[in-house]
Amino acid sequence: MSTPLDDLFIKVRAENRAALIAYIPAGFPTIEGCKKVIQAFIEGGVDAIEIGFPYSDPVMDGPTIQAAADQSLSQGTNAADVFDALKVATDSGVPAVVMTYWNPIEKYGVEKFAQSIAANGGSGVITPDLTIEESAGWKSAVEKSEINPIYVVAPSTSAQRLPQVTSRCGGFVYAASLMGVTGTRTAVSSGAPDLVARIRETTDLPIAVGLGVSTREQAKGVAGYADGVIVGSAFIKAMQDAPNEAEGLKSVKELAQQLSLGVREGR
Amino acid sequence: MTTLDEIAGHFGQYGGRFVPEALIGALEELDAARIKAQTDPTFIEELAELHRTYTGRPSILTEAKRFAEHAGGARILLKREDLNHTGSHKINNVLGQALLTKRMGKKRIIAETGAGQHGVASATAAALMGLECVVYMGEEDTKRQALNVARMKLLGAEVIPVTSGSRTLKDAINEAMRDWVTNVETTHYMLGTVAGPHPFPSMVRDFHKIIGEESREQVLALTGKLPTAVLACVGGGSNAIGIFHRFISDPEVRLIGLEAAGDGVETGRHAATITGGSPGVLHGNRTYVLQDENGQTIESHSISAGLDYPGVGPEHAYLHDIGRAEYRAITDAQAMHAFALLCKTEGIIPAIETAHALAGALQIGNELGPEAILLINLSGRGDKDVHTAAQYFGIPL
Repeated sequence: MSTPLDDLFIKVRAENRAALIAYIPAGFPTIEGCKKVIQAFIEGGVDAIEIGFPYSDPVMDGPTIQAAADQSLSQGTNAADVFDALKVATDSGVPAVVMTYWNPIEKYGVEKFAQSIAANGGSGVITPDLTIEESAGWKSAVEKSEINPIYVVAPSTSAQRLPQVTSRCGGFVYAASLMGVTGTRTAVSSGAPDLVARIRETTDLPIAVGLGVSTREQAKGVAGYADGVIVGSAFIKAMQDAPNEAEGLKSVKELAQQLSLGVREGR
Repeated sequence: MTTLDEIAGHFGQYGGRFVPEALIGALEELDAARIKAQTDPTFIEELAELHRTYTGRPSILTEAKRFAEHAGGARILLKREDLNHTGSHKINNVLGQALLTKRMGKKRIIAETGAGQHGVASATAAALMGLECVVYMGEEDTKRQALNVARMKLLGAEVIPVTSGSRTLKDAINEAMRDWVTNVETTHYMLGTVAGPHPFPSMVRDFHKIIGEESREQVLALTGKLPTAVLACVGGGSNAIGIFHRFISDPEVRLIGLEAAGDGVETGRHAATITGGSPGVLHGNRTYVLQDENGQTIESHSISAGLDYPGVGPEHAYLHDIGRAEYRAITDAQAMHAFALLCKTEGIIPAIETAHALAGALQIGNELGPEAILLINLSGRGDKDVHTAAQYFGIPL
């Protein structure tokens, strides 16, 4: 059985373009505001949405997402809010996944978490700090709930290890474009095309590139070699830099429109 | 003596690796380097030479007879890690890791620090071995521990105040991990305790287990028998695992870890992770964690900055669950009472961290009476705590 995310990548492959995947932490800027951001994403033409589960100790995230997570947690965002945000996206017919560090899953209950993702129409979960060595329980949970387990691979992932990780992935493989944390950068790492090529040798799954993408030009560049372009910090900055929520939502929608053009211009 | 771990870095259900994939290569490189070093006579001799001529090992054993009068008359033997260079057990680990850093061909080390003791030790080892050193320290701690910040700077280290999250030790660890993810090719993360992803809990323990090896011989030589109990304070748990480890295979010896109860475990303002926490994942390993119902880390509280950490080493979590070690919680007030008592009865100013172990000795000694022999890891000296203690006891500065 395929998830909406699987179907999306079949569709964009047929259209010979990349998919645009937009990230927002649940509860940012507020619990309700997050749902408006999701609407702005959809109106701006994103292909899939990644809902972040804000966490107190996000070691893979740079200052922008850390600040957003802190803001969200200060309002008491919990698992129910994450699933609500997920449902807002999936009810609109947009494939959506959750990105979360491992401890919130373990605390919620591993099987129960996977079931709740599926029950809210979610396609899968991105787990940035779950290593394959620790993933046995998660593997059986995602199989039972028929959702996609999405693991992150890095430029430093060895040739020997790469197929071990990608063979456990479903939906897509998350390629971290560089050695570092999330955040906007003036240029996407020159190592990203090389990493994507290395991943291609190990799997037929779609490959989405994240870390450092914020502009139409960068999205266009990444779309030239990857199946998906993941953008997070740039959307959060758009909200943070706006004088009020309405202006922020307008900027988010405009940025989504621009990026959505970018992912169609790459080939 | 690798009885309990080394099954892919697990201690029962605890330990393991929960880190971004970007770090796996560096962790495997480190694991290979430390395993190779364990049996390499050159490495072993280099480290032993440093211990003899730089650290001041073996550290001595001091019998605390006047203090013992308050501990039910039990014999109280203090393992004097406070007399090591830089004033605590921390030097054992950093010298070992610095040697490994050079072997891996890396020129830069990063470290986290709470009160500054591990930061100072790291800066010391870096100066000795010609390595660049960057220390991450919560912004709040840089203000409270200005003297240690100055010490690190004198030793040539760069100190970066951490302003994210709760601005404490746990956030300093997060920031060091982020630096490591970015600069892993050139940089070694000199983690200061027996936590973090595999191989840190095993490696840091192995650099500290000399404490237990020396003191077991010393106690036998002095008393003709093994101690009744071995006591140590537990934050992350490096000094405790260091003195416990050699005794794990002596089932008649009780191993007792003293956690920081802060204002009292029942108040919620504490750092007693095993006593008041639950199993979870923090900083790359599964262990006991202070966390809320959503798996978010809860801030810890203790008068002792070195114990003020919401996690604990995974081997302690395991020793607790299998019943091989016991963990008790000591409040700020109990620790400060023992602190003052050691000052006045023995002429030794202990670190406030260590005072938690001393408070435990007062309890255990009174429970067991004069037949008992208690070995206590006097893990650090209290020079750094004079300001805090003076404030606590109302001594004008």
